[in-house]
Amino acid sequence: MGAVMGTFSSLQTKQRRPSKDKIEDELEMTMVCHRPEGLEQLEAQTNFTKRELQVLYRGFKNECPSGVVNEETFKQIYAQFFPHGDASMYAHYLFHAFDITQTGSVKFEDFVTALSILLRGTVHEKLRWTFNLYDINKDGYINKEEMMDIVKAIYDMMGKYTYPVLKEDTPRQHVDVFFQKMDKNKD
Amino acid sequence: MAAGVATWLPFARAAAVGWLPLAQQPLPPAPGVKASRGDEVLVVNVSGRRFETWKNTLDRYPDTLLGSSEKEFFYDADSGEYFFDRDPDMFRHVLNFYRTGRLHCPRQECIQAFDEELAFYGLVPELVGDCCLEEYRDRKKENAERLAEDEEAEQAGDGPALPAGSSLRQRLWRAFENPHTSTAALVFYYVTGFFIAVSVIANVVETIPCRGPARRPPREQPCGDRFPLAFFCMDTACVLIFTGEYLLRLFAAPSRCRFLRSVMSLIDVVAILPYYIGLFVPKNEDVSGAFVTLRVFRVFRIFKFSRHSQGLRILGYTLKSCASELGFLLFSLTMAIIIFATVMFYAEKGTNKTNFTSIPAAFWYTIVTMTTLGYGDMVPSTIAGKIFGSICSLSGVLVIALPVPVIVSNFSRIYHQNQRADKRRAQQKVRLARIRLAKSGTTNAFLQYKQNGGLEDSSSGEEQALCVRNRSAFEQQHHHLLHCLEKTTCHEFTDELTFSEALGAVSLGGRTSRSTSVSSQAVGPGSLLSSCCPRRAKRRAIRLANSTASVSRGSMQELDTLAGLRRSPAPQSRSSLNAKPHDSLDLNCDSRDFVAAIISIPTPPANTPDESQPSSPGGGGGASSNLRNSSLGTPCLLPETVKISSL
Repeated sequence: MGAVMGTFSSLQTKQRRPSKDKIEDELEMTMVCHRPEGLEQLEAQTNFTKRELQVLYRGFKNECPSGVVNEETFKQIYAQFFPHGDASMYAHYLFHAFDITQTGSVKFEDFVTALSILLRGTVHEKLRWTFNLYDINKDGYINKEEMMDIVKAIYDMMGKYTYPVLKEDTPRQHVDVFFQKMDKNKD
Repeated sequence: MAAGVATWLPFARAAAVGWLPLAQQPLPPAPGVKASRGDEVLVVNVSGRRFETWKNTLDRYPDTLLGSSEKEFFYDADSGEYFFDRDPDMFRHVLNFYRTGRLHCPRQECIQAFDEELAFYGLVPELVGDCCLEEYRDRKKENAERLAEDEEAEQAGDGPALPAGSSLRQRLWRAFENPHTSTAALVFYYVTGFFIAVSVIANVVETIPCRGPARRPPREQPCGDRFPLAFFCMDTACVLIFTGEYLLRLFAAPSRCRFLRSVMSLIDVVAILPYYIGLFVPKNEDVSGAFVTLRVFRVFRIFKFSRHSQGLRILGYTLKSCASELGFLLFSLTMAIIIFATVMFYAEKGTNKTNFTSIPAAFWYTIVTMTTLGYGDMVPSTIAGKIFGSICSLSGVLVIALPVPVIVSNFSRIYHQNQRADKRRAQQKVRLARIRLAKSGTTNAFLQYKQNGGLEDSSSGEEQALCVRNRSAFEQQHHHLLHCLEKTTCHEFTDELTFSEALGAVSLGGRTSRSTSVSSQAVGPGSLLSSCCPRRAKRRAIRLANSTASVSRGSMQELDTLAGLRRSPAPQSRSSLNAKPHDSLDLNCDSRDFVAAIISIPTPPANTPDESQPSSPGGGGGASSNLRNSSLGTPCLLPETVKISSL
């Protein structure tokens, strides 16, 4: 019905820099107001239908009225999902895997693109996404240190009270076994 | 757990794909979402109240939610309306902005709620109209101040929580700043207070005339001269204690320069210095005069009480914060004094035997009159003098009465702030306890669920149905997420009791389970069973990786040949290592179920994750029910993954 839009509004980012002036600081809310692309465009870019996009956006907008998620919020969210352990490092890596453009904030487009890959993408896309997650410095290679960091972050989320008891070198062993298998040319 | 987090749950679960490469055991299947959450979105506008307006009105401000294409996300095609699940009362103000161009601030609403609505609809606070701007800013500032105090109190209130391994210095400093933390600190606090009091009283009593022994002629002496030794001993003892305290504080202070510059330390120094000066100055007549005046400074010891009394500190802060008002008071008083003194002097110049001998002499009269003291030692005798004198006393009342209320209101504000801080500290403990309870609540819920065998295969359908019934979809999926993490790391969540038992067992070499799992995976490609954790019958997460029908040996080889993705085969093979080596794939239905499960989650209202969801908005529910219908016919198959012989 009224879903067809005559005009597609492009990305509109309104950002007010916090000024030095004290009076304006009072009104300052650091309004970073972000409006996503039109429904049509998003539908074309992702594998979701319009209704699904609507549902996703409503939830997203409720959580972040300003339209962007920053890393701090991300960490808090993950801390609530995994109350036993320390989810902050993993949230950090995950956030950077989501923030494709490396701007420091996740917009609705990033959110939906990643979800589309994870839920409806091809195997290849999913693998690439996972590879991107593990490759911390985004140089195209995953070396042992990066793997160690990620695995350690995952184990941190478990927290202290686990069965069997978590040892100090459990992550390292995990990584070693993994690399033994996967590193074809042993570099 | 905050209900708003429910929105993010599907996203976190989707991101669990990232764990696939690492998982040493197969990931558990996703829980089945209860069927047919019908699409029961109520056809209303803003939470039931329908607002109608022209489209042009909304288009006036294209960089807001309602004026841009963003509102299409909220369009409900069935009813032909835009549905917003927000406060209808607040929406009225938002809509009026579009109509009139001025944003008004509601008087009776919480300013923060108003701010949140503005943020949601994309309006900046600068748009608040001039009529309401002042009030808006004041309320916002007040709110911000209160919240800032909150945070400060939180950080400062971490005093009781002593970081482990703090040095003696840090502990000492903390004991000085918060005497209530340990008994020793409290004792020290009271002892120093006692000695301050003793010292001050001794100073006072020293000057009282004691009746001396019968002596000819009977002479009245101040007690200080009668019992010089006693007073000297008392003075020495007090000064020793004060010096010791000062040196200890200096030692313990985290920043010595700052400490040296602080007011309290200056008072301390001024309190003990006269004694030492007196010790080293020889008792000869020339300097003893100066020495005597030094003793006056001993009275500053009474200011040391301000560490012990909060009221004194508040008074000090008030005076400091009202510095400008006090300055104004002083200035205007000086002006008035000079004016009136001059006038009085010239008015009384004529009379002989007058007290007004000079203008500075008339200052005394002016001050006494303006402050309505009226000692009467100087009175005007001429008529002109009397007239001006009465004008002087009337104006005195005005000049003094004006700045005083400002000072009073400042004092009251600071005082109330302090009271609020105290109350907040008390509430803090309650709040922390509540947060801890909530945290342990979620953990316990998961552990409870595991104990009830909820993680069994659905082959034991009956029992599962019983214990599963009471869990909301949100809980189910959250538990599934936690379960995935368990499988990834091959460790289970447990409670403290079991943990401490296991800790004891570990020393006896309880690492067998882990070692077997390691060894099982070392058995070459295509090896299969994991030993430490039971194999899952359905591994939905794996299906994510294999979801397209094209996953087969062909695609595996295709992946192998991809350059630049060195480790890309890793995720695939990893997950398959633990699977049974079957060949066929029939995964589409289940993957869509998973998607449906995810899609329907964002819809629950942010405040009630726990009630069973009778309604879910049209989009997700409709899609999911469609998809699920198609999959109902497909029997749930055992996991099928690809044999990795190509590796």
